[in-house]
Amino acid sequence: MTCLPEKTTRKLGLVIDLDTCVGCQACVTNCKEWNTGGHMAPLTDTNPYGAGADGVWFNRVHSYEVTTPEGNSQSLHFPRSCLHCEDAACVTVCPTGASYKRISDGIVLVDEDKCIGCKLCSWACPYGAREYDVFEGVMKKCTLCVDRIYNENLDEEDRVPACVLTCPTGARHYGDLGDPQSDVSRLVRKRNGQDLMPEMGYRPTNKYLPQREKIANTATGQTTALAPLEDTSGASGLLGWVDRMLEQMD
Amino acid sequence: MHPAASVILFTTASGIGYGILALAPLLVTYGVLPDDNRWLGASLMLPALALVTIGLLSSTFHLGHPERAWRAISQWKSSWLSREGVMAIISYVPALTYSYAWVVLGSVDGPWVWAGFATALTALATLFTTGMIYRSLKPIPAWATNWTVASYLSLGLLTGLAVLVSVSTGFGLHPIRFQTLAVILVLAAAIAKNRYWARLHKAWEQHAQNTGAALASPGNTVRSVEWPHTEANYVLKEMGYRVARKHADSLRAVARNLLLVVPAAVLCVMPSILPLPYLIWMIFPGTLLTLAGVAIERWLFFAEAKHVVTLYYGVE
Amino acid sequence: MPLRDPKENDGLNTSPPVADEVKTTTCYMCAGRCGIRVFLKGGQIRYIQGNRDHPVNKGVLCGKGAAGIMNHCSPARLRKPLKRVGPRGSGEFEEIEWDEALSTATTWLDDIRTTDPKKLAFFTGRDQSQSLTGWWAKQFGTPNYAAHGGLCSVNMAAGGLYSIGGSFWEFGEPDWDHTRLFLMFGVAEDHDSNPIKIGLGKLKERGAKVISFNPARTGYAAISDEWVGIRPGTDGLLVLALVHELLRAGKVDLDYLLQFTNSSWLVQQAPGSEKDGLFLRDTDGKPLVWDRNSGSAVPQKQPGAKAALSGTYSVFGTPVIPVFQLIADRYTDEAYAPDTVAEQCGVSAETIKRLAAEIADAAFNHPVTLPIAWTDTDGKRHETMVGRPVSMHAMRGISAHSNGFQTCRSLHLLQMLIGAVDTPGSFRYKPPYPKPVPPGPKAAGQTSAPETPLDGMPLGFPTGPDDLLLEDDGTPRRIDKAFTWENPMSAHGAMHRVIANAAAGDPYPIDTLFMFMANMAWNSSMDIQGTIDALTATNTDTGEYCIPHIIYSDAYASETIAYADLILPDTTYLERWDCISLLDRPISNAEGAGDAIRQPIVEPDRDVRPFQTVLLDLGARLRLPGFVNEDGSAKFPGGYPDYIVNHERGPGIGPLAGWRGENGAGQGKGSVNADQLERYIENGCFWHCDMPVEARYFKMGNKAYLDWAVGMGFIRSADAIIMQLYSEPVQKFRNAARGIGKKQPPEHLRKRVEQACDPLPSWYPTFEDSATDPEDFPLHALTQRPMHHYHSWGSQNAWLRQITAQNRLFVHHATAAKYGIADNDWVWVESRNGRVKGQVKLIDGVNPNTVWTWNAIGKRGGSWGLEKDSPEVKKGFLLNHIIPDKLDDGSLSNSDPITGQAAWFDLRVRISKAEPDEQGETEPMFESTADLPGATPNSTRLDYGRVFETKEPVE
Ligand SMILES: Nc1nc2c(c(=O)[nH]1)N[C@H]1C(S)=C(S)[C@@H](COP(=O)(O)OP(=O)(O)OC[C@H]3O[C@@H](n4cnc5c(=O)[nH]c(N)nc54)[C@H](O)[C@@H]3O)O[C@H]1N2
Ligand SMILES: Nc1nc2c(c(=O)[nH]1)N[C@H]1C(S)=C(S)[C@@H](COP(=O)(O)OP(=O)(O)OC[C@H]3O[C@@H](n4cnc5c(=O)[nH]c(N)nc54)[C@H](O)[C@@H]3O)O[C@H]1N2
Ligand code: SF4
Ligand code: SF4
Ligand code: SF4
Ligand code: SF4
Ligand code: SF4
Ligand SMILES: [Mo]
Repeated sequence: MTCLPEKTTRKLGLVIDLDTCVGCQACVTNCKEWNTGGHMAPLTDTNPYGAGADGVWFNRVHSYEVTTPEGNSQSLHFPRSCLHCEDAACVTVCPTGASYKRISDGIVLVDEDKCIGCKLCSWACPYGAREYDVFEGVMKKCTLCVDRIYNENLDEEDRVPACVLTCPTGARHYGDLGDPQSDVSRLVRKRNGQDLMPEMGYRPTNKYLPQREKIANTATGQTTALAPLEDTSGASGLLGWVDRMLEQMD
Repeated sequence: MHPAASVILFTTASGIGYGILALAPLLVTYGVLPDDNRWLGASLMLPALALVTIGLLSSTFHLGHPERAWRAISQWKSSWLSREGVMAIISYVPALTYSYAWVVLGSVDGPWVWAGFATALTALATLFTTGMIYRSLKPIPAWATNWTVASYLSLGLLTGLAVLVSVSTGFGLHPIRFQTLAVILVLAAAIAKNRYWARLHKAWEQHAQNTGAALASPGNTVRSVEWPHTEANYVLKEMGYRVARKHADSLRAVARNLLLVVPAAVLCVMPSILPLPYLIWMIFPGTLLTLAGVAIERWLFFAEAKHVVTLYYGVE
Repeated sequence: MPLRDPKENDGLNTSPPVADEVKTTTCYMCAGRCGIRVFLKGGQIRYIQGNRDHPVNKGVLCGKGAAGIMNHCSPARLRKPLKRVGPRGSGEFEEIEWDEALSTATTWLDDIRTTDPKKLAFFTGRDQSQSLTGWWAKQFGTPNYAAHGGLCSVNMAAGGLYSIGGSFWEFGEPDWDHTRLFLMFGVAEDHDSNPIKIGLGKLKERGAKVISFNPARTGYAAISDEWVGIRPGTDGLLVLALVHELLRAGKVDLDYLLQFTNSSWLVQQAPGSEKDGLFLRDTDGKPLVWDRNSGSAVPQKQPGAKAALSGTYSVFGTPVIPVFQLIADRYTDEAYAPDTVAEQCGVSAETIKRLAAEIADAAFNHPVTLPIAWTDTDGKRHETMVGRPVSMHAMRGISAHSNGFQTCRSLHLLQMLIGAVDTPGSFRYKPPYPKPVPPGPKAAGQTSAPETPLDGMPLGFPTGPDDLLLEDDGTPRRIDKAFTWENPMSAHGAMHRVIANAAAGDPYPIDTLFMFMANMAWNSSMDIQGTIDALTATNTDTGEYCIPHIIYSDAYASETIAYADLILPDTTYLERWDCISLLDRPISNAEGAGDAIRQPIVEPDRDVRPFQTVLLDLGARLRLPGFVNEDGSAKFPGGYPDYIVNHERGPGIGPLAGWRGENGAGQGKGSVNADQLERYIENGCFWHCDMPVEARYFKMGNKAYLDWAVGMGFIRSADAIIMQLYSEPVQKFRNAARGIGKKQPPEHLRKRVEQACDPLPSWYPTFEDSATDPEDFPLHALTQRPMHHYHSWGSQNAWLRQITAQNRLFVHHATAAKYGIADNDWVWVESRNGRVKGQVKLIDGVNPNTVWTWNAIGKRGGSWGLEKDSPEVKKGFLLNHIIPDKLDDGSLSNSDPITGQAAWFDLRVRISKAEPDEQGETEPMFESTADLPGATPNSTRLDYGRVFETKEPVE
């Protein structure tokens, strides 16, 4: 199992829009509440009400300030979760076969019953997407909500990952990135979707849509000041204009 | 990377063990060590086996699920950790056979020589797979180099030799007979480790340069403003370990002295100038210092290695 | 198309059962009122999901909402009624039975009611049942009632209600589908949390431009196209400079102004006289305009008349001037020129000019036309709806300043001038708004007497000095001094003043302070030490507490618990009935009206009772009219759900507007329906009624809307609602300050009232800005709400606190460099009220004159079920410690002079690096309070969800 499939039938994954994400953490907590009772249940927490509180989470949102080469500074919120890589070394390093990539949909999973908790896969993941459950002694990670997306006990429209379902700004998209005609693939093309750390060579399935060019002006390209009204008669330009306008309206 | 005591113990102990296992049969075969002293055999092979076993057990009990450790040998097709497990187990066969011959039968002649070769080979292979576990981790640029493997091999052999020399000196054998080997191994270790250290920071900076790529905004520089958690989490505890460069540099100097200068002195130089009774007084402590050096080196191997995930936390 | 299980053969069950039962209710992880679906498995909460059908959140949840499970099972939940046994503040309590708790309360309250009802001060905080609590206070007979609006955002509410008859906050919304330019002023999160986020997502998708005016660049500002890092407290000036630019260029919508605003109303110019600055009216009180045809003053919109917008006319010898002329005169003045204001606002003149040009471009070059025919209140038929696609939203960054009321009005002025209120593409009202300007009744409480209900609700909207609640000698009638010259239009009361006033016996001593759901001893007070001192103050003669009795209802172990004598423990939001009523803060949107309920999802496992039921019980025990039948028996023996269904405020008007009438067919008005709650539950616990399509814009002057609103019972008459550019009520207070009329401000307030009460939107520097020496306190200090915490109550949540358990002080790199401060240093933040220590984080995205931190993360040891060495206690800090409660003069409240809104964001500070031995911990750090009875030590492991594990492989 530890060998990666040469090809997966589908490439299910997420597309995350960094231009729209406001950093609200909704995807973070929704992921936690779904998954703590889901396939990898529980996502254990340590010292929940004291110092050094820590726990297993599959999705984390960072905030940054980004400086462009031109020196402009902007703020950026960045959700980080498993990217379900095609060349997922987290899978190949696993000595037990607990870590595997599904052939049908490309989802990278951990089989908790096989995992010996050696942690090597977390070292092999450049994105910090794997979190170790100290109490259960096994590695846990984003399941792409494998227990939602096919779940016949859920309404059809709810069969999407919890983080996607909840994202209030609609910054998270889910679909088959292996199908060039899928909505997510189109979106990636349209918005120049990016791989994270492509130099690592993991070929992530998830894509990130970079921040867009800021809209400089609403339309006309006019960025100069408004021209004041001509000063006619004694009245200020404005009032003269008002009078003319009112005449016209009559 | 977090320098966990168990991993340091494991790599240090099994390094020595495999070092001895790799060297002793060959030295016997090529006549550097006598083949007629079963007590010498016992004093070399049994500690070596004990050390690799302690190492293996320590890493096993460090697992979240030691009772499932057997599963770890299943993925030898892809996983270096699995291969290491396999090799470690395989290596017991020739090593025990050879030990049996040497210690119990008192003879390693004839066909036993082949067991000796096999012992050496599997020991080397195990050391190699250990090195490869680390070497294959791209997210830790410090490790992703052949010098990692070279270090594991050369340091394993060097520490193995140091112990081996100590033991044989105790049996009254003059260490001068190991001098050439010692010179080769000290040089090899010196080259491997120095090359490893020389590229460590550069390897990191190459990755750290384009922090933008970590955030899908290539070309931009990014500065972390807030982490997703204000307290440390698993990723930070495991991968975010930071040792101050100043500290690392001084520890490195200590490691270098203990690991390279001390064996150079006691294994390469002193045998030519000191008589045996005095040498004994130099070689025992020298070996202990070398072993301390390798423990420090292992600690540094982890502590100095940065994981690219720390880029997300703004750790420069 | 959903995918089918691909049969991977990895032994995974991709269709595990999710729930035995899914119940709907309304979220209360904040007051945002989103609809939720709660998945229950084996009686436990498996998952909380947004309700897709719900008009507020349309299926999404915010970060708090999804973490509701952890509040619901928080160790900080109260377990049983508590009676104080140690000194106030110690936190030493004894558990008592409900009977004892209720009879104690009844004894205290009955005493008051039969002697002097105003000795009860009943203040509720983050409450969603103000129509009940307010009514209870009225029936009790105390004027001393308010919710927390006075400390929250009354500037926003009043500024809007006195101008456009509606408001930002959650009472209106941008036309997300059509707006082209969206301007956001001082918003970090707001109660329209999910609607705003959904809306921003839409704007992003449509490529509309978003501009954020905010000293800090986080959250919404982070994704906006332009961030204007304005200096705090100067938005009014900037907005009026935009008005200046637009007026000078003639970029105003005259048609709109004539039709929907009082732009043409004539203002009398009679200095020294009672009518000065008031509108010219006919004998019926109808305001008059100047008819250019007849050359006479006639009622607005008199058929055939053509109203003048400019000029000076004379009526019976009094000069009269149309409002628009006054506006033109005022704002075209160079005082409002971008070049004049730029430095003060910290925004360049070019930027201001360009922003004005962009607004004009979007509004006038890109009008939105919707093919919807409609009829205006003049009976004129329009084939289409044409609107100005410039929308705005503003919140506490505007309102939490001492010039917030006027700044808010300035924003509304700007909206009205460009014709961007309730038109396609602009800001839109949510019903029951718009309401007549100003809306509704005045505050009751001119008199109060033993065993007598008030003659009206305790809060309301004054229209002049006569409506103030003052004794003949000028003493305030209310304990919080609302509706006095210190803040004449304090429409939401002034909760932030109650404790200090009560302790000082100013204006009079009280007997019982009864609070609900407000953490007043901590994060909702300015000057925490001062508040604690007031709560524990004793009378030097008697040794008794100055506030003899304090009753408090909370659901959790908040900091305020320690200061009450009697604790009435409430349920969590998943354990009770609640009512989100149109009489209160409804869940309407711009297309329709709505309300909602909460239903119990699980039974409480503790001896706690829903507060509203307790309040009804107390009402019955006190035999308050309306709470008992004639025979003295309780009127609502079934508690709150009984009341929700059966209470009628007026004929056919009750807490819920849906499924009224015996058969449930009634909407808005109708007789009581015994099955009402059932019907709500069937519908997902909410009711929403879309208004007719032709009613959805121009609501203030749209016949279809106004008729519909009358039918629903939202407004009394379908007359056009005329928006007020110029505010006559405000002018009346100004006139009084100028020595006119019977009721006049006391001498020390005269100048302040005259200056602040400008009938046209104006700007003045905040009190702190004008009183502080910028050399002494060079920086502004602000707080922002973290999107994933709700005030103080997020820290008990095991998940949310993992995200943020410590707050930092965010400082601009350049500013830090100036004071020799490095990243991660601990610094002192010092104001004239004291100093607090916290750790800095250096950033770029903040106005360099401003520092800020996340609100309400710091906690006091002993509270919230947290261990005493938690980062919230040791490292988290509140700016509240250093926010002065009083103005520099030591007597007046640090509040807006018109509405009394607490001026949280006026704070001025200096920062300095803490000494090396002072690093690592916050200060002040108050002594921890005692553990509450029954508190069990926290476990080091939490594995919620283990019971739901579904690993059994597929058969
Ligand atoms: N520095 C600074 N201070 C501020 C502000 C700021 O911006 N900066 N903002 C101000 C504003 S706008 C506001 S509104 C206030 C808010 O301040 P508070 O009104 O004090 O808000 P919370 O901290 O949410 O406290 C509400 C209390 O209600 C309790 N509670 C929660 N749920 C329930 C329930 O179901 N039943 C009962 N009975 N109690 C419950 C909580 O445990 C808590 O003790 O803070 C103000 N303080
Ligand atoms: N997640 C979450 N949601 C909440 C709450 C919560 O505690 N948590 N609280 C609820 C409550 S009670 C309220 S009242 C609302 C308040 O909702 P918001 O008004 O969004 O609340 P604040 O976080 O106080 O945001 C004030 C914003 O104004 C900015 N600001 C401060 N001064 C100025 C100024 O002079 N000019 C400008 N332009 N901006 C300024 C601040 O930087 C900040 O971004 O939120 C409600 N929603
Ligand atoms: S993101 Fe990490 S855990 Fe996920 S597939 Fe890629 S390497 Fe593996
Ligand atoms: S921790 Fe578990 S999943 Fe990860 S490599 Fe080890 S055995 Fe595989
Ligand atoms: S796909 Fe599911 S498991 Fe993965 S981050 Fe989203 S919610 Fe969490
Ligand atoms: S829910 Fe959406 S907007 Fe919120 S942090 Fe996640 S991706 Fe960003
Ligand atoms: S905004 Fe969030 S916390 Fe508030 S009601 Fe909605 S989902 Fe609940
Ligand atoms: Mo508020």
